[in-house]
Amino acid sequence: MKALKFLTAAAVAVAGFAGAAQSETIKVGLILPMTGPFASTGRAVESAAKLYMQQHGNKVGGHTIELVVQDDTGAADTTRRIAQEMVVRGGVKVLGGFGLTPLAMAAAPVAEQAKVPMVVMAAATSVITTKSQYIARTSFTLPQAAVGIAEWAPKNGIKSVVTMVSDYAPGIDAEKSFTEVFTRNGGKVVEQLRVPLANPDFSPFMQRVKDSGAGALFIFVPSGVGSAVMKEFQNRGLAEAGMKLIGTGDVVDDDILNQMGPAALGTVTSHHYSAAHDSAENKTFVSGYKALTGNRPNFMAVGGYDGMRLIYAAIEKAGGKVDGDSLIAAMKGMSWTSPRGPVSIDPETRDIVQNIYIRRVEKQDGELHNVEFDVIKDVKDPGKAKK
Amino acid sequence: MLTVLVDGVAYGMLLFILACGLSVTMGLMNFINLAHGAFAMVGGYVTVIMLNDMGVPFLACLPAAFVLAALAGVVLERTLYVRLYKASHLDQVMFTIGLVFIAMATADYFMGAQQKLIQLPEFLRGRVGIGDAQISYYRLFIVLLCGLLAVGLQFALTRTRFGAQLRAAVDDGRVARGLGIDVSRLFAVTFAVGSGLAGLGGALGVELLGLDPTFAVRFMIYFLIVVAVGGTDSIVGPFLASLLLGIGDVAGKYYVPGIGSFIIYAIMVGVLIVRPQGLFARR
Repeated sequence: MKALKFLTAAAVAVAGFAGAAQSETIKVGLILPMTGPFASTGRAVESAAKLYMQQHGNKVGGHTIELVVQDDTGAADTTRRIAQEMVVRGGVKVLGGFGLTPLAMAAAPVAEQAKVPMVVMAAATSVITTKSQYIARTSFTLPQAAVGIAEWAPKNGIKSVVTMVSDYAPGIDAEKSFTEVFTRNGGKVVEQLRVPLANPDFSPFMQRVKDSGAGALFIFVPSGVGSAVMKEFQNRGLAEAGMKLIGTGDVVDDDILNQMGPAALGTVTSHHYSAAHDSAENKTFVSGYKALTGNRPNFMAVGGYDGMRLIYAAIEKAGGKVDGDSLIAAMKGMSWTSPRGPVSIDPETRDIVQNIYIRRVEKQDGELHNVEFDVIKDVKDPGKAKK
Repeated sequence: MLTVLVDGVAYGMLLFILACGLSVTMGLMNFINLAHGAFAMVGGYVTVIMLNDMGVPFLACLPAAFVLAALAGVVLERTLYVRLYKASHLDQVMFTIGLVFIAMATADYFMGAQQKLIQLPEFLRGRVGIGDAQISYYRLFIVLLCGLLAVGLQFALTRTRFGAQLRAAVDDGRVARGLGIDVSRLFAVTFAVGSGLAGLGGALGVELLGLDPTFAVRFMIYFLIVVAVGGTDSIVGPFLASLLLGIGDVAGKYYVPGIGSFIIYAIMVGVLIVRPQGLFARR
């Protein structure tokens, strides 16, 4: 009897082992700020990644995908430590997430040395993808988003602009690329203001903008801070003074746009994703995301969704091989229809190529939305195109 | 020019309301309460919930924010703080900073990490023009309300029986107790009022300063600057210090935006070099 039991157990074990050899479990490790000031980014990316798995199952190319999410609280040294642990001890085959530029930068050496693909789903400074051969990006770059509005504005009667950006790498990226394209198109930047990242009160800066008498204010602040800016813009009566508010889409993040109230109406921004984007893919995405979280998706969410899609597609394309080199090779040149529109991964820079839309904040179905009215097709990251 | 001045005064007044409770607990009760910002956060979230989810008018939210923050103050004072009055300052710091982290995590869990926004009632929006300056009604409202509160507090502390008892209890608790003053009740009430004021400041500040779970930590540094510069012996000290810092901060950011955010620290360093005990301290 005992012997029989043993045999059965052995047979089960062997059968299990044989099964494992055919289809591996591939761990995908997301490192995101799930608590702390940037938790909303982390939550959006995580929910969207889970939504993708819910819609497409956890089996791809005969493999099983397992999602592991860990919180780095937005601290770069923690990101790096988690990345190391995931790769060395956790057996993670693909890293993903990365809410902020410094966090992505901190994990880059780990990806490079361990030859593990790293999919950046949120951070948006241009240089990130140059830090390792194993980094691909599904979010956007700030120069990419800023160039759209910089080309649109001079053609639409905006000749002089004050720029106001948060004083850190993405802000300076946005300021530089906007100024360059805007002045090339005949516009004039009257003044460049850099606001500290942790700034409690925008009023003095906004008063200075008002007194400058420029035609428009170009703004970049990290998503979440936009509402304070928007309020101040309205309270100071800048709109009544004939000034327009333009910027990258971060300032009118879909996550909080509806709460901003009438102050946000009429703001023109350029960005790669709006929850109001009119396509079948986006409708599925938005309704799925709403069912899962109760909120509408923002551009962080679409980065997470496409990030998972890229990982799935790469695993499928690479066939049986799930090592870093085969996966990153499979990612290069990949193209698909995202909820935001057609996108592809640039084979040279591994950065995303996508449409940049010009949108205006309008009321749609009783909610504030970024309604797209113009598009610049297939924009590569201008930050790297120059070099 | 006038606009910048009024903005500065409004900002300073708000700082005062937020920080004066801290200066009272620190100066009068000799207790370092770093969790002060958490009470301000309570007031802010009370306002957000009542205004956005329950549709209570803004003006009714303000007293509610005061009362609930004060209530939270009393409960914590009676159960936790009271055990630490005699403890060393390091213990008090460790305890209250822990409380801040608990408050942040709680707010994050229940309210979410994103910025909370409110819409002001119609009559507080918009601006009034005085000369060529444009001044927002809301800032005027803050200046008036906080100004009245400051006068009221000063009066209560110097002219009423309660104020006299409080000052006596602080100067020499044993003698005060011997004279039949209920010192522990006195401290509880004072603590509650201080927390309540922080809650009110938090409620008023949602519109100007924003509100998210990091609020308690983000503004801790400003409260501490106000108390350090103003001294902790009176209401007048922190009041003038708040105004100085508010105006300095706003004017600095307006006229020299490049280094604007350092002005507030420069003022603090300057004052503390000249008067290490604070601008208006008696000692």
